[in-house]
Amino acid sequence: MGQFRQCPDSGFFFDKSADRLMKANAVAGIVALLIAGVLALGVILTRWQSIHLLPADTFYTVLTAHGINGLIFWIIFFEIAVLYFASSTLLRCRLAAPKWAWAGFGLMLSGAIMNNIAVLSGKSSVMMTSYVPMQAQPHFYLGLILFAVGALIACFVFFGTLVIAKDEKTYEGSVPLVTFGALTAAIIAVFTIASGAIVLIPTFLWSIGYIAHIDAAMYRVIWWAFGHSSQQINVAAHVSIWYLIIGVLFGARPMSEKVSRFAFLLYILFLQLAAAHHILTDPGLSSEWKIFNTSYAMYLAVLASLIHGLTVPGSMEVAQRSKGLTKGLFEWLRKAPWGNPVFSGFFISLVVFGFIGGITGVVMGTEQINLIIHNTIYVPAHFHATVVVGTSLTFMALTYLLIPVLFRRQTFLPRVAQWQPYVFSAGMVTLILFQLGAGTLGVSRRHWDMGFSGATLSFDYAGTAYMMMAVSGVGGVLAVLGGGMFIVVAVGSLIFGKKLEPSAGFLQSFALAPLAPEVYDIEQPEILKRAEKLPVEEHGSSGFHAPGTFVLAMILLVCFVVYYFINWDYLSSVWPMS
Amino acid sequence: MAEQSRNGDRPEKLSFWQRLMDNHFLLLFLGVVIPTVFYILWGIMEIANLPIAE
Repeated sequence: MGQFRQCPDSGFFFDKSADRLMKANAVAGIVALLIAGVLALGVILTRWQSIHLLPADTFYTVLTAHGINGLIFWIIFFEIAVLYFASSTLLRCRLAAPKWAWAGFGLMLSGAIMNNIAVLSGKSSVMMTSYVPMQAQPHFYLGLILFAVGALIACFVFFGTLVIAKDEKTYEGSVPLVTFGALTAAIIAVFTIASGAIVLIPTFLWSIGYIAHIDAAMYRVIWWAFGHSSQQINVAAHVSIWYLIIGVLFGARPMSEKVSRFAFLLYILFLQLAAAHHILTDPGLSSEWKIFNTSYAMYLAVLASLIHGLTVPGSMEVAQRSKGLTKGLFEWLRKAPWGNPVFSGFFISLVVFGFIGGITGVVMGTEQINLIIHNTIYVPAHFHATVVVGTSLTFMALTYLLIPVLFRRQTFLPRVAQWQPYVFSAGMVTLILFQLGAGTLGVSRRHWDMGFSGATLSFDYAGTAYMMMAVSGVGGVLAVLGGGMFIVVAVGSLIFGKKLEPSAGFLQSFALAPLAPEVYDIEQPEILKRAEKLPVEEHGSSGFHAPGTFVLAMILLVCFVVYYFINWDYLSSVWPMS
Repeated sequence: MAEQSRNGDRPEKLSFWQRLMDNHFLLLFLGVVIPTVFYILWGIMEIANLPIAE
């Protein structure tokens, strides 16, 4: 009996331990997504002023749980599955220390449950940021600490697997680009989790009375090293998955591996510094600190995203053109498999992440124009473009790929799966665009009542702001429907999907038991050969092999320039300089 | 550092960037130290140096 199995459809090799751990983490992530999605309905139907569904205290409880489940638990559980896949499966290597990996999973699961109990009891409605001096129950912080420790263990299992793969020479040359991207995510995760420990352990001790005082300004600096960097893990992870998906669907290879790796290096060095944009209006921190971390260092990370934004569709275009789809600028794109949710999910996430998430991110990272929209509903609109459409939709697309490959089941309700990325993204894009508009009009984020009913100091928003929040609510409901379609397809596939492997039963779908022993019939896969060099790499740039992508990049540039200067114009009207 | 080339007959010279990219623990070190210094330590020092209100 061997340690590995090979998926007959994709050719991927799965180590038995990694196989189960990937399933367990992915399933736990999807459960967290389900909780976040259900709670999202409460948030949007309350912010939709004419419905205003929930009372204030329930709204803040629901918003806290929605944020933590959506931004932390769903994403990080799934990312751990991605780390194990990118190390063990792609390097054809056994997973390092599977018992430690299970211990890490146990800590993450118990931490997530503990934190949810604290929040849903209604006594820890402190938002995801849990800014001091607001105090949550001790098990709110303890749950997050346990979750972080578990995730840190998983990161070191990933690093250990890289070491084993190198020692046992399971691959030639450098690690594949997708694994390098996952390495980038793991490095950012280590910084993120360490920052979380630095800020949450004293806060936990404060909540049980061992520490008398936590400085609010210091808390905010360190918390955002945890809170914003956790979203940078997502960026590195979903960009890696983009490269994986174009490789699997189109046989595409990066236009230049060197350039793509350099872009990931820029993420490693500079991406975390962008956390400073959350505290651009805080007193106590100098403009030098703010401008270095955002307007200088952050732009190097933005450059990296621009590189990926060019090379991912560019590589796909080159692959499509090599198959004869050369008519005009966009035949390669028109004839892409738009009915395949793996592709449609990936490509929509790429476009929305780049056009909306990227451009609004730069606006928020610029100290001056950040003032227009700081702490308005514009901020959630931005991170719904980056995290919900960028990351979550990419993870959904990957799930459609993994259902047959990892879980050995056929997709349940394939027509629903086909429509799901469109329904979800249509809803989310509506929500995002109208919340961006409302934010520009000054509508606050995390605010139960934009009508300020009964408030001593009130403010009258323009009628347009109410209309925009209502339309964003319609988009939100549609997005929840799209998210529900994903859950139905994913969970339905694990339970009712036709078995591609006879031993792929209910227990196996939920990682409670391995597939039949005879499935694992390979002791050690063949060494992963280094890919042959592409001729184009020998001769320099392949930029004009992808003219359609170049045109798309120019459209992005024009959108960015126009929108950026429109915001400076807004700023001049807020603060008349004449 | 050199590595055997694919046909195995002569060592392949790796560039500085290649060696950097292949040194995962050096990347881990850089990825933790740079934000710790420029974001956390610098930020905390500025807040710690604020005069206390009397």
